[in-house]
Amino acid sequence: MNVTRRHLLLLLPAAAVAWKHVLAGTPEASSNYSLSEHWWGMLIDLPKCIGCGNCVRACQAENDVPDGYFRTWVERYHVSDYDIENPRVDSPDGGKKGFAPAREEGGKNFFVPKLCNHCAESPCTQVCPVGATFVSPDGVVLVDQKYCLGCRYCVQACPYGCRFIHPQKNVVEKCTLCYHRITKGLTTACCESCPTGARQLVDLKNPNDPIHDFLKTHSIQVLKPSMATHAKVFYNGLDGSVR
Amino acid sequence: MNAFKDAGHLFRLAAVFIVGCLLFLGMRQFLVPKSFGQYGHYRGAAIGEIASRPVNFAGHQACEGCHADVLEKKKVGRHVQVNCEACHGPLAKHADDPSVQPVKLDTAVLCVRCHEANAAKPKAFPQVASADHSTGLPCDTCHQPHSPAIIAGGTK
Repeated sequence: MNVTRRHLLLLLPAAAVAWKHVLAGTPEASSNYSLSEHWWGMLIDLPKCIGCGNCVRACQAENDVPDGYFRTWVERYHVSDYDIENPRVDSPDGGKKGFAPAREEGGKNFFVPKLCNHCAESPCTQVCPVGATFVSPDGVVLVDQKYCLGCRYCVQACPYGCRFIHPQKNVVEKCTLCYHRITKGLTTACCESCPTGARQLVDLKNPNDPIHDFLKTHSIQVLKPSMATHAKVFYNGLDGSVR
Repeated sequence: MNAFKDAGHLFRLAAVFIVGCLLFLGMRQFLVPKSFGQYGHYRGAAIGEIASRPVNFAGHQACEGCHADVLEKKKVGRHVQVNCEACHGPLAKHADDPSVQPVKLDTAVLCVRCHEANAAKPKAFPQVASADHSTGLPCDTCHQPHSPAIIAGGTK
């Protein structure tokens, strides 16, 4: 009698685990989009960027980004001839309204659009204490806003300053690479509205994507490669002074 | 037999431990979302929720379905690669329901966003100092935005 009761007690936790799997059910199947067939990133062709701010405005219109906060923004660099180590960078209102003509000529002047780098080894997702931010199976760093506590660990962890706390929702906001668009076969709002094609959405798992040829034939750099974040926003023609 | 005379304590301890375990598993059942752990240490259903947001920019493919005439005009001009909504703004509502009219654009504001001269712009990109170039006149006085080059004898 004693033996059977003990066996029963030993079996109960195992039964509970099995029951949990029954309750979990089968994973939801999406219509045509397969998570495993994509690995998203972005190409930024800097010699084409004219600093018009279309991407910033489009992002705010598409994603309801609050005023004064940015999922993407454009920086203007001024590198003087005699001090290349200390570029002067400005980004008035994230470049949303464009840039006033530079006061001083000379030196090197160029624009650098920035956004979440959708790192494959992202420092931000690794520090989340509750599993509210993650790299999706198709390579996009996303935030589960229903699960986010607003603890700001990830905001500090991002080496690129790409995250912020939404002033009303009090949870983390960031570029989703327009996940609601790319999963429907559209490109991102910033790429859609870029007039010169300086920003291009790339799918590294798509063998027909022109990115593969581009990567072979151009000098491509990512931001802060020393951080080993495996960033997937590729910059063509990136100047060494860009931080 | 003496060695097991107080064994009852151990059984009580074991029972408390097991009840605790069951309580933990039971609470997990309620507190952890069902899709948590589906793909990794996060709620798998969040992916679908983020993907289901509505779209504001319809995409140039949607525009080209109806506005083939504009597409023809653009093809011969230098704005061929500029997508419709780069200038016209987000128009998914118009694409879903053509009775929603897009707002009329002001070329005096719109064109200079790209074409105002700036030292940081690529040298090959066409730029003007608008104050000198047009003295405040709307750009479409002379240029047709869909195909902006001014051809002798007309603007279209």
